Amino acid sequence: MSTNANLIALGTITRREVVRILRIWMQTLLPSAITMTLYFVIFGRMVGSRIGDIVPGIGYIDYIVPGLIMMAVITNSYGNISSSFFGAKFGRHVEEMLASPMPSWVILTGYVTGAVLRGLLVAVIVLIISLFFTRIHLYHPWVTLSTILLTSIVFSLAGFANAVYAKKFDDIALVPTFVLAPLTYLGGVFYSVNQLGSPWREISHANPILYMVNAFRYGLLGVSDISMGVAYAVMLGLAIVLGAIGMMLLERGIGLRT
Amino acid sequence: MSTVAALDVVELKKTYANGVEALKGVSLTVQPGDFFALLGPNGAGKSTLIGILSSLVNASDGDARIFGVSIRTQRSAAMRLIGLVPQELNFNMFEKPFDICVNQAGFYGIPRSVAAERAEKYLKQLVLWDKAFAPARAMSGGMKRRLMIARAMMSEPKLLILDEPTAGVDIEIRRSMWKFISAINAAGTTVILTTHYLEEAEQLCRNIAIIDKGRIIENTSMKLLLSKLDVETFVLDLAEPIAALPAMPHVKLTRVDEVTLEAEMSRQHDLNSLFATLSTQGVTVRSMRNKANRLEELFVRLVETGSASSGKAAA
Repeated sequence: MSTNANLIALGTITRREVVRILRIWMQTLLPSAITMTLYFVIFGRMVGSRIGDIVPGIGYIDYIVPGLIMMAVITNSYGNISSSFFGAKFGRHVEEMLASPMPSWVILTGYVTGAVLRGLLVAVIVLIISLFFTRIHLYHPWVTLSTILLTSIVFSLAGFANAVYAKKFDDIALVPTFVLAPLTYLGGVFYSVNQLGSPWREISHANPILYMVNAFRYGLLGVSDISMGVAYAVMLGLAIVLGAIGMMLLERGIGLRT
Repeated sequence: MSTVAALDVVELKKTYANGVEALKGVSLTVQPGDFFALLGPNGAGKSTLIGILSSLVNASDGDARIFGVSIRTQRSAAMRLIGLVPQELNFNMFEKPFDICVNQAGFYGIPRSVAAERAEKYLKQLVLWDKAFAPARAMSGGMKRRLMIARAMMSEPKLLILDEPTAGVDIEIRRSMWKFISAINAAGTTVILTTHYLEEAEQLCRNIAIIDKGRIIENTSMKLLLSKLDVETFVLDLAEPIAALPAMPHVKLTRVDEVTLEAEMSRQHDLNSLFATLSTQGVTVRSMRNKANRLEELFVRLVETGSASSGKAAA
């Protein structure tokens, strides 16, 4: 297809995803708003006020805001693409796309764009909620924006691979419950890895979410447990590897074509 | 006139992961503008063949060209030429028919304004416009089938493949669908139809291929195929009861009941002589019909012959 035709196709998938996100907003947007409000109330206000500063000059509630936003972005980006693409597979309307002239990269980019938009929308909602509890200072806007985009892309691509391999709805619930949730909680959302003793501090560095949370925290608060160069290398590396896997799955039709 | 075939299937093979050989080297040619029937019993390989042509199934070997464009080496360009109406409902039931059609056009790179016009045109032609903005799940089975035809027409394909489009649809809707598809064909679109309603294939299609156990066992024109049927059986409804069978040369008469006869006769003999003989013997025929659909009889024979010969070969 021509570039213009590819852009129309890309816009069609993205639009369909956005319509879906807004149509079922009680499933896509509201849960994160409620969960994060509870986190802010319990961990930020009730528990956080007794913990004090994790980093000198930064209160506990300020410290956890970037991690909580990132947590919402990861969950929503992953969940959007895994449920939407698996739903299309389950309902067989994925065939509309597979039997069309659209190249694989358009299908993948369309779904990823939809998932990233949901991630960003939820991030804005959580950010607005956080303003009821604390004041946010944006230290490095480009770091903040690029980190949130890269994180959302990485987890959208991971969710896509999950949806392609999934054979039943249970299969798309397993990874968020047994992989994403533990990695997120252990990824420095609520604490600094520098507070951990050896070997837990070193083990934590194997967790990719640690780099994303810290890069985002650097963008918002100007503090991080890790270097930005390593954080960007991890995020970009994961995006490239997962993007290649997504393309390979679509091109070969694994889990999609018999 | 174009000399490039609308569809040229060359030695297409498909073996599934479980070892089932669904296609064992299928070759087939469909000319541009044709209305082509692809028939076969359940599990013969029809849907696998259509799946490969529409790139939903990966071929194990061989190739197919749509108007000269290879589905293996130029998949995107080939898919641009095909419209598919699959056997199973495969649209998002939560979306509205108008959106389903417009989105389908979008996947083909057709601008939204053009897509909206086409959606209105085809939904109106298929009498679905009053349901265009309600969720598709609320539609009846016949409407859902028509929606899949409207969706396939959104890219205005040169080759339209219909995989049992009228399955489970009542006769009135089926006839309206035939009318629509015939008009599409008359306007120049090549149509490939698979169906279990053989009367449908006989009425609509000019050429035919019969596939069984992954092989093409017949590929000819409908006229030629039907001419192979050398014996036909007619059911005669009589005006009055008869006590004994009338004497008839060249016709095998069987009494079904007092007022019904079955007449099995060669195509070499005409019906006029049958009626004349019956008339001289004081038998009045009130009405007459074919005992079975002609194509149905041939189809059963061909498939049975195919099974018998493959059985012998296996033995």
